[in-house]
Amino acid sequence: MLATRWQPVDTMWPGMKRLQEEMEQWFGRGAGMNDPRRFAHSVFPPLNAWEDDSNLYVEAELPELELSDLEIIVNGDNQLSIKGERKQPERENGSWHRQERGHGSFSRTCELPKYVDSDTVTAEFRHGVLTITLPKRKEAKTRRIEVKAS
Amino acid sequence: MSTTLTREETHDDVAQVEPTLGGATYSPRFDIWENDDEMILYGDLPGVMPEGLDVHFENPVLTIHGKVSPRHNDIKFLHGEYGIGDFHRTFTIGEAIDTQKISAELQNGVLTVHLPKSEKVKPRRIEVQCC
Repeated sequence: MLATRWQPVDTMWPGMKRLQEEMEQWFGRGAGMNDPRRFAHSVFPPLNAWEDDSNLYVEAELPELELSDLEIIVNGDNQLSIKGERKQPERENGSWHRQERGHGSFSRTCELPKYVDSDTVTAEFRHGVLTITLPKRKEAKTRRIEVKAS
Repeated sequence: MSTTLTREETHDDVAQVEPTLGGATYSPRFDIWENDDEMILYGDLPGVMPEGLDVHFENPVLTIHGKVSPRHNDIKFLHGEYGIGDFHRTFTIGEAIDTQKISAELQNGVLTVHLPKSEKVKPRRIEVQCC
Protein backbone atom coordinates (compact mmCIF):
# COMPACT_ATOMS: atom_id res chain seq x y z
CA MET A 1 0.00 0.00 0.00
CA LEU A 2 1.37 3.37 -0.83
CA ALA A 3 1.93 5.48 2.22
CA THR A 4 3.79 8.68 1.65
CA ARG A 5 5.06 9.85 4.96
CA TRP A 6 5.38 13.57 5.35
CA GLN A 7 8.19 15.34 7.16
CA PRO A 8 6.26 18.34 8.45
CA VAL A 9 9.16 20.12 10.07
CA ASP A 10 11.50 20.50 7.16
CA THR A 11 9.57 21.03 4.00
CA MET A 12 9.21 24.66 3.09
CA TRP A 13 7.45 24.18 -0.21
CA PRO A 14 4.61 26.69 -0.44
CA GLY A 15 2.44 24.57 -2.67
CA MET A 16 2.42 21.82 -5.23
CA LYS A 17 4.08 22.89 -8.36
CA ARG A 18 1.59 21.45 -10.74
CA LEU A 19 -1.45 19.55 -9.67
CA GLN A 20 -3.00 16.81 -11.69
CA GLU A 21 -6.78 16.98 -11.61
CA GLU A 22 -7.55 13.39 -10.72
CA MET A 23 -5.68 11.02 -8.51
CA GLU A 24 -5.28 7.76 -10.30
CA GLN A 25 -4.96 4.31 -8.93
CA TRP A 26 -1.57 3.61 -7.52
CA PHE A 27 -0.62 -0.04 -7.76
CA GLY A 28 -4.18 -1.17 -7.68
CA ARG A 29 -5.28 0.73 -4.60
CA GLY A 30 -7.65 3.60 -5.14
CA ALA A 31 -7.02 7.10 -3.89
CA GLY A 32 -10.43 8.38 -2.97
CA MET A 33 -11.78 11.88 -2.67
CA ASN A 34 -10.84 12.03 0.97
CA ASP A 35 -7.29 11.00 0.40
CA PRO A 36 -5.06 13.58 2.05
CA ARG A 37 -2.70 13.46 -0.90
CA ARG A 38 -5.27 15.31 -2.94
CA PHE A 39 -4.70 18.39 -0.88
CA ALA A 40 -1.12 17.60 -0.16
CA HIS A 41 0.45 21.03 -0.17
CA SER A 42 3.22 19.94 2.05
CA VAL A 43 4.22 16.92 0.03
CA PHE A 44 7.21 17.47 -2.13
CA PRO A 45 8.24 16.51 -4.71
CA PRO A 46 5.15 15.62 -6.75
CA LEU A 47 5.65 12.25 -8.41
CA ASN A 48 4.44 10.61 -11.55
CA ALA A 49 4.67 6.86 -11.98
CA TRP A 50 4.16 4.44 -14.82
CA GLU A 51 5.29 0.99 -15.80
CA ASP A 52 6.09 -1.25 -18.71
CA ASP A 53 6.66 -4.96 -18.90
CA SER A 54 10.07 -4.89 -17.27
CA ASN A 55 10.25 -1.78 -15.10
CA LEU A 56 8.41 0.59 -12.87
CA TYR A 57 9.31 4.25 -13.40
CA VAL A 58 9.00 7.10 -10.96
CA GLU A 59 9.59 10.66 -12.08
CA ALA A 60 9.90 13.96 -10.25
CA GLU A 61 10.63 17.49 -11.39
CA LEU A 62 13.47 18.86 -9.29
CA PRO A 63 14.94 21.88 -11.04
CA GLU A 64 18.10 23.49 -9.73
CA LEU A 65 19.27 20.33 -8.01
CA GLU A 66 22.01 18.01 -9.15
CA LEU A 67 22.27 14.33 -8.47
CA SER A 68 24.79 15.07 -5.71
CA ASP A 69 22.23 17.22 -3.87
CA LEU A 70 19.81 14.34 -3.71
CA GLU A 71 19.62 11.23 -1.65
CA ILE A 72 17.67 8.40 -3.18
CA ILE A 73 17.29 5.45 -0.87
CA VAL A 74 15.61 2.11 -1.26
CA ASN A 75 15.54 0.26 2.02
CA GLY A 76 14.90 -3.28 3.09
CA ASP A 77 11.21 -2.71 3.64
CA ASN A 78 10.85 -1.87 -0.01
CA GLN A 79 10.44 1.83 0.59
CA LEU A 80 11.72 4.45 -1.77
CA SER A 81 12.87 7.75 -0.24
CA ILE A 82 13.82 10.91 -2.03
CA LYS A 83 15.53 13.49 0.13
CA GLY A 84 17.41 16.64 -0.61
CA GLU A 85 17.79 20.30 -0.05
CA ARG A 86 17.19 23.12 -2.41
CA LYS A 87 19.22 26.17 -1.53
CA GLN A 88 18.33 29.69 -2.42
CA PRO A 89 20.82 31.24 -4.86
CA GLU A 90 23.16 33.48 -2.93
CA ARG A 91 22.77 37.10 -3.81
CA GLU A 92 24.09 40.13 -1.99
CA ASN A 93 23.41 43.85 -2.08
CA GLY A 94 20.01 43.56 -3.58
CA SER A 95 16.51 42.52 -2.70
CA TRP A 96 14.11 39.80 -3.68
CA HIS A 97 11.03 41.18 -5.39
CA ARG A 98 9.29 37.93 -5.61
CA GLN A 99 9.90 34.39 -4.47
CA GLU A 100 7.60 31.79 -5.90
CA ARG A 101 9.97 28.88 -5.95
CA GLY A 102 10.24 27.00 -2.72
CA HIS A 103 13.51 26.37 -1.00
CA GLY A 104 14.51 24.21 1.88
CA SER A 105 14.95 20.56 2.63
CA PHE A 106 12.45 17.93 1.64
CA SER A 107 11.92 14.26 2.12
CA ARG A 108 9.34 11.92 0.69
CA THR A 109 8.92 8.21 1.18
CA CYS A 110 6.71 5.78 -0.65
CA GLU A 111 6.24 2.09 -0.47
CA LEU A 112 7.07 0.09 -3.51
CA PRO A 113 5.03 -2.84 -4.69
CA LYS A 114 6.43 -6.27 -3.97
CA TYR A 115 7.25 -7.00 -7.52
CA VAL A 116 10.08 -4.46 -7.63
CA ASP A 117 13.65 -5.65 -7.26
CA SER A 118 15.18 -3.05 -4.99
CA ASP A 119 18.76 -4.14 -5.67
CA THR A 120 18.87 -2.95 -9.23
CA VAL A 121 17.28 0.49 -9.01
CA THR A 122 18.88 3.20 -11.15
CA ALA A 123 18.28 6.92 -11.44
CA GLU A 124 18.85 9.49 -14.13
CA PHE A 125 18.69 13.24 -13.81
CA ARG A 126 18.40 15.48 -16.82
CA HIS A 127 17.27 19.10 -17.25
CA GLY A 128 15.89 19.08 -13.74
CA VAL A 129 13.82 15.92 -14.23
CA LEU A 130 14.65 12.90 -12.11
CA THR A 131 13.67 9.50 -13.46
CA ILE A 132 14.04 6.43 -11.27
CA THR A 133 13.90 3.06 -12.96
CA LEU A 134 12.93 0.14 -10.78
CA PRO A 135 13.24 -3.21 -12.53
CA LYS A 136 10.62 -5.78 -11.76
CA ARG A 137 11.59 -9.11 -10.37
CA LYS A 138 11.95 -11.76 -13.02
CA GLU A 139 8.95 -13.71 -11.87
CA ALA A 140 6.83 -10.58 -11.92
CA LYS A 141 7.55 -9.59 -15.48
CA THR A 142 4.51 -9.84 -17.68
CA ARG A 143 4.62 -12.78 -19.95
CA ARG A 144 2.48 -13.03 -22.94
CA ILE A 145 0.88 -16.40 -23.33
CA GLU A 146 0.37 -17.71 -26.78
CA VAL A 147 -3.12 -18.95 -27.29
CA LYS A 148 -3.33 -21.63 -29.85
CA ALA A 149 -6.55 -22.26 -31.59
CA SER A 150 -7.28 -25.90 -31.78
CA MET B 1 -1.19 35.14 -33.25
CA SER B 2 -3.66 34.78 -30.47
CA THR B 3 -3.88 37.15 -27.53
CA THR B 4 -1.08 37.05 -25.05
CA LEU B 5 -1.89 37.70 -21.48
CA THR B 6 0.50 39.97 -19.67
CA ARG B 7 0.18 39.67 -15.97
CA GLU B 8 2.53 39.41 -13.08
CA GLU B 9 0.37 37.59 -10.62
CA THR B 10 -0.32 33.90 -10.61
CA HIS B 11 -3.27 32.46 -8.80
CA ASP B 12 -2.83 30.72 -5.48
CA ASP B 13 0.18 28.53 -5.23
CA VAL B 14 -0.68 26.15 -8.00
CA ALA B 15 0.57 26.80 -11.51
CA GLN B 16 -2.44 27.53 -13.66
CA VAL B 17 -2.95 26.28 -17.15
CA GLU B 18 -3.44 29.24 -19.46
CA PRO B 19 -5.56 28.56 -22.52
CA THR B 20 -4.48 31.70 -24.35
CA LEU B 21 -2.14 30.11 -26.86
CA GLY B 22 -2.52 27.20 -29.24
CA GLY B 23 -2.30 24.54 -26.58
CA ALA B 24 -2.56 24.50 -22.83
CA THR B 25 0.55 25.83 -21.15
CA TYR B 26 1.81 25.96 -17.63
CA SER B 27 2.96 29.09 -15.86
CA PRO B 28 6.43 28.47 -14.42
CA ARG B 29 7.38 29.75 -11.00
CA PHE B 30 9.88 32.58 -10.88
CA ASP B 31 12.01 34.37 -8.33
CA ILE B 32 12.96 37.97 -9.07
CA TRP B 33 15.97 39.68 -7.57
CA GLU B 34 17.09 43.23 -8.09
CA ASN B 35 19.97 45.52 -7.24
CA ASP B 36 21.17 48.85 -8.60
CA ASP B 37 22.70 47.36 -11.72
CA GLU B 38 20.37 44.65 -12.90
CA MET B 39 17.35 42.49 -12.37
CA ILE B 40 17.72 38.74 -12.36
CA LEU B 41 14.87 36.34 -12.96
CA TYR B 42 15.18 32.71 -11.92
CA GLY B 43 12.55 30.38 -13.34
CA ASP B 44 11.84 26.69 -12.90
CA LEU B 45 11.53 25.11 -16.32
CA PRO B 46 12.24 21.40 -15.82
CA GLY B 47 12.29 19.28 -18.94
CA VAL B 48 13.05 22.19 -21.29
CA MET B 49 16.13 22.03 -23.47
CA PRO B 50 17.92 25.09 -24.83
CA GLU B 51 16.54 24.45 -28.34
CA GLY B 52 13.01 24.54 -27.05
CA LEU B 53 13.42 27.76 -25.12
CA ASP B 54 12.35 31.13 -26.45
CA VAL B 55 13.11 34.28 -24.45
CA HIS B 56 11.92 37.48 -26.02
CA PHE B 57 12.09 41.05 -24.78
CA GLU B 58 10.11 43.80 -26.40
CA ASN B 59 10.05 46.82 -24.19
CA PRO B 60 8.65 46.56 -21.63
CA VAL B 61 7.41 42.98 -21.91
CA LEU B 62 9.57 39.92 -21.36
CA THR B 63 8.13 36.72 -22.76
CA ILE B 64 9.36 33.27 -21.90
CA HIS B 65 8.17 30.20 -23.72
CA GLY B 66 9.65 26.78 -23.07
CA LYS B 67 8.78 23.75 -25.10
CA VAL B 68 8.83 20.59 -23.09
CA SER B 69 9.74 17.68 -25.30
CA PRO B 70 6.89 15.24 -24.84
CA ARG B 71 8.36 12.45 -22.87
CA HIS B 72 5.38 10.31 -22.10
CA ASN B 73 3.11 10.32 -25.08
CA ASP B 74 2.14 6.71 -25.15
CA ILE B 75 2.30 5.97 -21.48
CA LYS B 76 -0.56 5.29 -19.19
CA PHE B 77 0.24 6.72 -15.80
CA LEU B 78 -0.20 4.62 -12.71
CA HIS B 79 -0.04 7.71 -10.58
CA GLY B 80 0.04 11.31 -11.70
CA GLU B 81 0.59 14.26 -9.42
CA TYR B 82 1.65 16.79 -11.99
CA GLY B 83 0.99 17.55 -15.60
CA ILE B 84 3.59 17.88 -18.32
CA GLY B 85 3.36 20.53 -20.97
CA ASP B 86 4.88 23.69 -22.38
CA PHE B 87 5.67 26.64 -20.18
CA HIS B 88 4.68 30.20 -20.93
CA ARG B 89 4.88 33.38 -18.94
CA THR B 90 5.17 37.10 -19.55
CA PHE B 91 6.44 39.87 -17.30
CA THR B 92 6.07 43.60 -17.62
CA ILE B 93 9.39 45.06 -16.56
CA GLY B 94 9.08 48.42 -14.85
CA GLU B 95 12.69 49.47 -15.28
CA ALA B 96 14.51 50.75 -18.34
CA ILE B 97 16.60 47.83 -19.50
CA ASP B 98 19.68 47.87 -21.68
CA THR B 99 18.37 45.37 -24.23
CA GLN B 100 21.76 44.78 -25.83
CA LYS B 101 23.12 43.30 -22.65
CA ILE B 102 20.33 40.89 -21.74
CA SER B 103 21.66 37.40 -21.20
CA ALA B 104 20.09 34.12 -20.23
CA GLU B 105 21.25 30.65 -19.31
CA LEU B 106 19.50 27.37 -18.78
CA GLN B 107 20.94 24.85 -16.40
CA ASN B 108 19.43 21.93 -14.52
CA GLY B 109 15.98 23.04 -15.57
CA VAL B 110 16.45 26.56 -14.19
CA LEU B 111 16.39 29.59 -16.47
CA THR B 112 18.38 32.61 -15.29
CA VAL B 113 17.71 35.86 -17.15
CA HIS B 114 19.93 38.87 -16.50
CA LEU B 115 18.36 42.23 -17.30
CA PRO B 116 20.96 44.96 -16.86
CA LYS B 117 19.51 48.37 -16.20
CA SER B 118 20.20 51.26 -18.54
CA GLU B 119 22.83 53.68 -17.34
CA LYS B 120 20.52 56.62 -16.99
CA VAL B 121 18.22 54.71 -14.73
CA LYS B 122 20.83 53.63 -12.25
CA PRO B 123 20.39 55.40 -8.95
CA ARG B 124 22.73 58.24 -8.48
CA ARG B 125 23.74 59.49 -5.15
CA ILE B 126 23.24 63.22 -5.02
CA GLU B 127 25.68 65.22 -3.03
CA VAL B 128 23.95 67.67 -0.81
CA GLN B 129 25.86 70.89 -0.39
CA CYS B 130 25.51 72.47 2.90
CA CYS B 131 25.37 76.26 3.06
